[in-house]
Amino acid sequence: MEHKRLTLFAGHYGSGKTNIAVNYALKLAAEGKQVCIADLDIVNPYFRTKDSAAVLEAAGVHLISPQFANSNVDLPALPAEAYRLVTDKSIYGIMDIGGDDRGAYALGRYVPSILEEGNYRMIFVANASRPLTRTPEDALEVMYEIEAACGLKFTDLINNTNLGDLTTPETVLGAAEYMEKLSSLSGLPIFATTARADVAAALDIPDVLPLTLQEKYFDLPSQKPGNRPLWG
Amino acid sequence: MAELVLMKGNEAIAEAAIRAGCRHYFGYPITPQTEIAAYMAKKMPKIGGVFLQAESEVASINMVYGAAATGCRVMTSSSSPGISLKAEGLSYIAGSDVPALVVNVQRGGPGLGGIQPSQSDYFQATKGGGHGDYRMIVLAPASVQEMASLTIKGFNLADKYRMTSMILADGTIGQMMEPISFEDAEIEKYEKPWALTGHENKRKHNIVNSLYLQPDALEKTNFERYERYKVVEENEPMWEEYMMEDAEICVVAFGIASRVAKNAVVAARAEGIKVGLIRPITLWPFPTKALRAAAVKCKAFVSVELNMGQMIEDVRLATECKRPVTLCNRAGGMIPSPDQVLESIRAAQKGE
Repeated sequence: MEHKRLTLFAGHYGSGKTNIAVNYALKLAAEGKQVCIADLDIVNPYFRTKDSAAVLEAAGVHLISPQFANSNVDLPALPAEAYRLVTDKSIYGIMDIGGDDRGAYALGRYVPSILEEGNYRMIFVANASRPLTRTPEDALEVMYEIEAACGLKFTDLINNTNLGDLTTPETVLGAAEYMEKLSSLSGLPIFATTARADVAAALDIPDVLPLTLQEKYFDLPSQKPGNRPLWG
Repeated sequence: MAELVLMKGNEAIAEAAIRAGCRHYFGYPITPQTEIAAYMAKKMPKIGGVFLQAESEVASINMVYGAAATGCRVMTSSSSPGISLKAEGLSYIAGSDVPALVVNVQRGGPGLGGIQPSQSDYFQATKGGGHGDYRMIVLAPASVQEMASLTIKGFNLADKYRMTSMILADGTIGQMMEPISFEDAEIEKYEKPWALTGHENKRKHNIVNSLYLQPDALEKTNFERYERYKVVEENEPMWEEYMMEDAEICVVAFGIASRVAKNAVVAARAEGIKVGLIRPITLWPFPTKALRAAAVKCKAFVSVELNMGQMIEDVRLATECKRPVTLCNRAGGMIPSPDQVLESIRAAQKGE
């Protein structure tokens, strides 16, 4: 994997951007790079980069997070420090962009600097199991909306197709055709396939990035789909 | 294997509503339920439905009232402070006996409160909220799958009894993601001879109204309405039991609290404590019979809630205060840990 100085993760909300951004930051740090990750999510009230603050700190990754993240202040405000990612060219910067076009508006203010430097990768994270991106055409629509909102074009795709706890290697591989179609529709290469570490281990394909998932508040007993009792 | 999709709880509600035949959504955004409106905004125009962001919660609930009077399946969604604003409309809808679905993805209160998950609108949902004598069918999902299946059930029950069904969820279930399927969805259809669909000079015109000029006529309507509520109380309570067969301690919890409580029950069983769990799925009608039966064999009850103790009153009523009921709670957007629930179970076992 060749790394650009700036890596941006965007996509439909719930596509897995935050988990991938955190894992990618940890991977760069493990390769000995000085890494800074910025949480630019102005949309999502829960489940944020900040939930992984301890893990990131332990790995030496600097976290820039909105002042009010994980509090009751529902303000779409970004920290001034986030500018460091585009101005300090000695670091590897990772940006976790909020969901959909609404979240991508926040990125717009950094775009002139990103384009000027020209050393970035903007990755569209796709999950074919999400209801509003069930077809490559639906995903392409979301891609265009995000590009229009932030003024920056995607350069790569990631296949993060998963069904939560029920993900199997077949879930991931089953999206191959979907990803090829999205790749040909958008003209963009597939940068990587991401999956929970145990699933990733069973995947015999190139460019797999195994994920350690963000810790949950508490373990919720697993859910059986369908019209059955919750724990029958 | 059925086709699975990975959904947020809020999205599951929206998709289920569309599958149940809802083509009219009126709302106003508020965290943590905004994904419902966002999903509807995206989907409704593609399927010939109406998504309308009203100028306020008050406007949106009155649009629901109007659409419901025509007999179509209609819904709105909000979170705690927004539901308070809708309270007048909820009372009018009940007073006019039209069916509607209202979603409350609760956040911490009172007042503007916060945006983190809560169950502190239990009283508001089950005891009224608006003015006058009325009831709503209150459904409490504990998983993303149930966000979908209880939404469909809610539309069915609303049509069947000409009532409002409320989905009483919380921010956690609204925001979390789980794989679900829609294969078992059962969409029921009911005749609506009372609906305002245009009489075309072929029948007497229908009237939907909650104003009565004669008090005796209003009283009669109230009595008749409560006869209908009695049928609901008799036929529609839903609950789930876990390890209750030999239980001496009974934990009662709904929604996300029940998922936490289940972990604690498993941990307590490992310590040899005979404990079980009753999870009300309908909060009104409350599963009174299940609680009353448990009071015969259990020596103590623990009510686990994300509020200052609201359902605990219904637990005491249902068990007719025969056994001690203790409260295990967090409030203001916090969630009890399994360890906190386990500690409460241990205390109940010791008779504390």
